[in-house]
Amino acid sequence: MALRGNLRDITMTQLLNLVHLASKTGTLVVDGVSEQAYISFRDGKLAYARVGKDDGSLASVLHKANKISANQYRAIVDRAGQMTDKELGLILINAGYVSQEDILLNLQGYFTDVVRRLFSWVEGIFRFESEMLPPEGRINVRLDLENIIMEGSRQLREFEQLQDEIPSLDMALVFTNRPRTNVNLSVEEWKVVKFVDPKNTMRQIASANKLNDLEIRRIVYGLLQAGLVEMARPAGSIVQPNPKQFPTKNKDEQKSLINKLIGRIRSM
Amino acid sequence: MQTVKMVVTGPFSAGKTQFIQSVSEIDVVSTERKISSEEERSVKSSTTVAMDFGRITVDEDLVLYLFGTPGQKRFDFMWEILSEGMLGFIVMVDSTRPETFREARSILETFRAYAPTPFVVAANKQDAEDAWELEDVRHALRLDSNTKLLPCVAIDRNTVKTVLLELLYSILKEMDSGK
Repeated sequence: MALRGNLRDITMTQLLNLVHLASKTGTLVVDGVSEQAYISFRDGKLAYARVGKDDGSLASVLHKANKISANQYRAIVDRAGQMTDKELGLILINAGYVSQEDILLNLQGYFTDVVRRLFSWVEGIFRFESEMLPPEGRINVRLDLENIIMEGSRQLREFEQLQDEIPSLDMALVFTNRPRTNVNLSVEEWKVVKFVDPKNTMRQIASANKLNDLEIRRIVYGLLQAGLVEMARPAGSIVQPNPKQFPTKNKDEQKSLINKLIGRIRSM
Repeated sequence: MQTVKMVVTGPFSAGKTQFIQSVSEIDVVSTERKISSEEERSVKSSTTVAMDFGRITVDEDLVLYLFGTPGQKRFDFMWEILSEGMLGFIVMVDSTRPETFREARSILETFRAYAPTPFVVAANKQDAEDAWELEDVRHALRLDSNTKLLPCVAIDRNTVKTVLLELLYSILKEMDSGK
């Protein structure tokens, strides 16, 4: 039976645990809401990972880690397009740009970051392809999954706590009438604050900023704690009274009914 | 016969069942079960697992039903069902158990998201020595100044009546404002 399902039902942490315990080899393919991720394993250890449009190549990883400059990166992409990452790695080591340790540490860090990103995906179809191995020419690592699983579990707990604090992303944010003037906001927080308007739900703000559920909740929680914003029902989305709420649609009769209830309770 | 309903919600052991019992003209139809968790058993011995159900008859044509939600989070699938068609809701919070305030806030936000109906917050056990002051509860629950936070003692019928009346006044006010 193929290992496939939805992250709503089985979390990334549970999946990694399964791969780890069964010492699986193959690639976990996850179709998220807006991106696709590939995580490859050998004998239950993380070997390779990439997500979205990022190709996870050595040149790209070293460039992101500032181990090579933008010009060097462009030159590699232009001139060494057909070269495997192993060949490129050897050239860079021999030329003295990086050490073997640099390469391994940066690849490990990058692959771990990709898996970390997946911990915040609450929605996504996954399948485990035991025949699919990392792309030819890419350098593989051998990373134990235990620590990554532990970190994922911590993030999961954080997500559950944030979900308690902010149960629905369909509410809007409004500025409180007691603004604090001495709050320092990060760039990410500013991006969210920019959209604070009773017309915008948190879900819409997240979508505009390309934030996932965990990220938007984390930022909003900080803003709530700082007393900058509070949650409110979105403006313009005033829901018509539920027809079952009152036994009559006539407004005067509805008022009369409430007044009767008031009279009855007062007389008790 | 016309029927309307209000929902009483709040964390585990906030006093929801007692609140309904204080004003219901029938014995509350309670679906209580013995508690299996040792931690929760130290607070009380049984809890509501589906709902409480109380009734106040207004006249021959009108009856108000009061529904109490189960307080434990694992039964939260019941909340949305119970909230359907409610006139408004009351969030009960135990003023002596600050460890439940966070959950009360979460329940409040969940219910606000379910339905755009008026609500009030009842700070229960205000007669207890270790009860938090109302203003402190307001800050802890992050309630704005427009939200009614009312002192309550669930075993005291008068305070329960006041909470219900305040909710009805809010409903009336919202109808007048045309919302």
